[in-house]
Amino acid sequence: MMDRFEKNAIVLALALLFFFFGLVVYAAKALQIEVPTCLTGVNPFQEGRVIVLDEGAKRYQVNLLARMWNFEPYEIRLPAGAKVDLYLTSRDVVHGLRINYTNVNLMAIPGTVSYARVRFDKPGVYSIVCHEYCGINHHLMAGKIIVE
Amino acid sequence: MSIRGGLRFILLSEIVFPFVLLILGVTLGLLQVLQRAGIIKSTSYLGIEYYQGLTLHGTINAIVFTTFIIVAFSNAMVMFSLKRSLKPGVQWVSWLLMVGGTLMAAYAMLTGKANVLYTFYPPLIAHWTFYVGVVLLVVGSLVPFFFDWIPNYIAWRRENPTGRFPLPVLGVFVTFILWFIIVIPVSIEILFQLLPLSLGWVEEINPLLARTLFWFFGHPLVYFWLLPAYIMLYSILPKLVGGKLYSDPAARLALLLFLVFSVPVGLHHQYTEGGLSAGWKLWHAFLTFMVALPSFITAFTVAASLEHGARQRGGKGLFAWWAKLPYFSREGDQWLFSYFIAGLLLFLFGGITGIVNASYNLNLAVHNTSWVVGHFHTTVGGLVTLAFLGISLYMMAKLRGVEVKAKGLAVAAPYLWLIGMMVFEVAMSVAAFYGFPRRTAAGASYIDPASPLYHPEWYFWAHLSAGGGAIAVLGFVAYLVSFLGTLFARPVREPVVEFPMAEALHDEPVPLLSNLRPWLTVSILLIAFSYTYPIYESMTKGITAKSPAYNDRLPVPLKQTQTEASAEIPR
Repeated sequence: MMDRFEKNAIVLALALLFFFFGLVVYAAKALQIEVPTCLTGVNPFQEGRVIVLDEGAKRYQVNLLARMWNFEPYEIRLPAGAKVDLYLTSRDVVHGLRINYTNVNLMAIPGTVSYARVRFDKPGVYSIVCHEYCGINHHLMAGKIIVE
Repeated sequence: MSIRGGLRFILLSEIVFPFVLLILGVTLGLLQVLQRAGIIKSTSYLGIEYYQGLTLHGTINAIVFTTFIIVAFSNAMVMFSLKRSLKPGVQWVSWLLMVGGTLMAAYAMLTGKANVLYTFYPPLIAHWTFYVGVVLLVVGSLVPFFFDWIPNYIAWRRENPTGRFPLPVLGVFVTFILWFIIVIPVSIEILFQLLPLSLGWVEEINPLLARTLFWFFGHPLVYFWLLPAYIMLYSILPKLVGGKLYSDPAARLALLLFLVFSVPVGLHHQYTEGGLSAGWKLWHAFLTFMVALPSFITAFTVAASLEHGARQRGGKGLFAWWAKLPYFSREGDQWLFSYFIAGLLLFLFGGITGIVNASYNLNLAVHNTSWVVGHFHTTVGGLVTLAFLGISLYMMAKLRGVEVKAKGLAVAAPYLWLIGMMVFEVAMSVAAFYGFPRRTAAGASYIDPASPLYHPEWYFWAHLSAGGGAIAVLGFVAYLVSFLGTLFARPVREPVVEFPMAEALHDEPVPLLSNLRPWLTVSILLIAFSYTYPIYESMTKGITAKSPAYNDRLPVPLKQTQTEASAEIPR
């Protein structure tokens, strides 16, 4: 039905795709680079705040609330080496954010909570910009994390 | 095949009408890159706000233009392949629905009542005319398939009981079966969630479910755009280079694999949201990798067909034959080659960046950044747009009975587009690593240290993307001159519907590859398996509260602003 070259091309393509997929699974399972999953038992919060879980171990919980057109809290201060459980939700429409130099990339959908765990080792200002269109002032919606 | 009267008008207008809108869509695209580079300072230009323009740009270019050209091309291709005329009554119903729907949606967008972008995520809500318009356009596009092409195929089958399912017709049928399947979830989203919310019939809806239903439609949608281009690559392109389609069975296999794998992949647009389980996202990631397979097969078949053609033209050597292809030929129909080859070169990058997008955790680095914009301007804005522009000009010239005018410009256009989009793609991809978001009227706020958006490293890449956009638009202008010249040229021949059709080099009939039923069965089972749980999760565990409607102007629910506004009016 198919000639040799064609068969080779298909086998090669499949091998390449499985190799890539293998790397993705390796990164997820062995390196723990995971995408957010369905959280049950966490209710969407009505206000954003930073909760210190364990000052000595530098463990923090950040409840980040997105709303038209700002983040609450707008500015978050953390010490270098902070281990953060980040919860994100929206009060109104769909928003989103990505934190530079980290693997944090989350959507904020009203009624749901997205979660990511992140460690801030390097001091600096990590800016947050809303990356999903959320109305006329979308491009003014930003926040920052200051790591000292 | 000759064509006249109402049918000829319908086919011609299905090309010209969306093209007129496309001129606006492309212009707005240019304004957007200029705004993001800070060259245009205001967020409103020519009376159109940035996000209003972005809604128009996405909806016209990716939904209206594509759908019309796919219907026009499929109408002509089925007619030509089966040698049977179309039914004017059916075609008029389809035409009225599509044109009427488009005008309704255009009204909503042009009056600023639908600044929701072409993905229209709720709870941002648009005027009801936008939703009804989209539904009418989509329903109209399905009418010819059910009431014209299928009956024509059955009649053809009766006359040719042993004939093989013609390859382009098989391609059109796969395209429209796919289209029909995915129109179901988006219709449910629109008719049961968005429209009732927009009209105030319900107070609130589930925005997560809406997103899941939207991407159930939204990703396979790209294969609805892509498959007609693949049909052209299989049946027309080899003929243009004087060769044959390398393998008929491989082409059929690729089309049928799209039928199986195209749909259950939508969760790869939802990797970053809570409310959906990571395991199901990984499963959709796997299927997205599988849907790359038919594109790999197509890459081989097309390259082998080009090599075969080039060798007929005296091409030699392992790679030297590439030089023998008619890149700049203006002879006969060969000008059309430039559209396909430029599109294919862009699609190479589109495929690679697409695999990155599909890669689950790697997607965290690029989701909703300018990377994604770079990606789809080399896929739908690359191969699909160029193939559709090329075939539009070709069909229009045949339908009018004229020669293509300003062929030199027509040949230059796709290469300018290629260069422009390549520059745009590189700029947008690199900018993404510095966090340049998509869908954002950034202006040049990122060079102002006082701005919350302060990111001076975006400056260079935003300007480079504007340069790329400008070159691409130059290509579009070259095309426009040729298109208008051809549209208003004096007819010299009988109007016809015809295409240059390639024979196949390897042409062994494989019955399984001409029978849609088993593939469709597997497809439906795979869709049911892959979507049952994510939809259940979107309706239950993934979400704790529903949302009222908002418009793009105010940070309070629409209902509240309406009651407050009416309370202010003295009675």
